[in-house]
Amino acid sequence: MSGIIGKKVGMTSIFDTDGKNIPCTVIEAGPCVVTQLRTVDQDGYAAVQLAFDEKKEKNTSGPLKGHFAKANTTPKRKLVEFKTFEDEKSLGDTVTVEIFAEGDFVDVVGTSKGKGFQGVVKRHGFGGVGGQTHGQHNRLRAPGSLGASSWPSRVFKGMRMAGRTGGDRVKIQNLEVLKVYPEQNLIVVSGSIPGAKGSYVIVDK
Amino acid sequence: MDLVKFVEEQAVAKKTVPAFKAGDTVSVHYKIREGNKERIQIYQGVVIQRNSTGVNETFTVRKMSNGVGVERIFPLNSPNIDKIEVNSFGKVRRAKLFYLRELTGKAARIKTRRV
Repeated sequence: MSGIIGKKVGMTSIFDTDGKNIPCTVIEAGPCVVTQLRTVDQDGYAAVQLAFDEKKEKNTSGPLKGHFAKANTTPKRKLVEFKTFEDEKSLGDTVTVEIFAEGDFVDVVGTSKGKGFQGVVKRHGFGGVGGQTHGQHNRLRAPGSLGASSWPSRVFKGMRMAGRTGGDRVKIQNLEVLKVYPEQNLIVVSGSIPGAKGSYVIVDK
Repeated sequence: MDLVKFVEEQAVAKKTVPAFKAGDTVSVHYKIREGNKERIQIYQGVVIQRNSTGVNETFTVRKMSNGVGVERIFPLNSPNIDKIEVNSFGKVRRAKLFYLRELTGKAARIKTRRV
C-alpha cells in the first residue's frame, strides 16, 4: 500500500482501446514531501506523514514552520498520515504520481459536497409517498411513520430522518488509473470521486 | 493552465472530419466489432445537431427506418468512426433541428444548399 495527496481538477471523458467513451476524473497529485515518520517506539504506531500544496511562509504558524524546517521543506497546506507505505521513507523524501501505473486500481478518499439540510428522499433515498393523488396535498416527500406507538413509546436511535447532508468523508474503491502524467503531476482515474473541484483527495493504492 | 484540457489533448486523438453542420445529410461509417471480426456499418441521415465543443463534441444523426424515426448520437472523435461522408448540404435557419421530430414525409424535407 502507498498513497498520495492530491486535488480534484475536474471531469472529462476519454476513449479506451475498444473505442468506448469512459468518464474519468483528473487529479493533480503530489509531489508530496515526507514531513514526519511515526514509529512504534515513539508514537505507538508506524506511519508516514506526507505534506502537499505550497503555502506562504507568512501564513504559517511558528510551530508548523519548525515542523517543515525539520524535513527541510517549504510550508505546505495539507498534511496526511499514511499507515502503510510499501517502501521505506526517510524525512524529506518526495512522493510523486510515479508510484501509480496505468491499469492500477486505487481508492480515492475525499469530502463530499455539502448539501445543507435535506429531507429523507435525498438524504436516505426514501421513495416518498409515490403519487400525487389519493388525498395527498403536502406529504409527497414525507418520511412516514417513525415506528410503533405504546411500545416502545420512543423513537429508536439511528432512525433515518432529515438533516445535514454531504460534507462527509467518502471513500470510493477500485477506480482504474487510466493515465499518468508525471511531468504535470496528473493522474486520471475512471469514474467520479467525492468533493468539489479543488478539494483535497487522498489516492491510495 | 487548464489541466483538464491538457488531459483531453493528450488522451484523445482529434479527428479531421469534413465540415458539416445541422441540416446536412451524412453517411457515418461506423466500425462494429463482432468477436474478433470487424466490419463497417453505414448509417445515413440528417444531422440535427452538433453538441458541445472540443474533444467531447458529438453530433446527432436522424433517419427514418421502416417508418420509425431513429436518432443516433456519435462522439465526433470516436475511434470507432471510420469516416464521415457528407452527401448533401442542407439549407436551414437554426442550429438544432428538433422540429424535424414532429414532421414526416414531404414536410420533413430540407432544401439543399449550394456550396
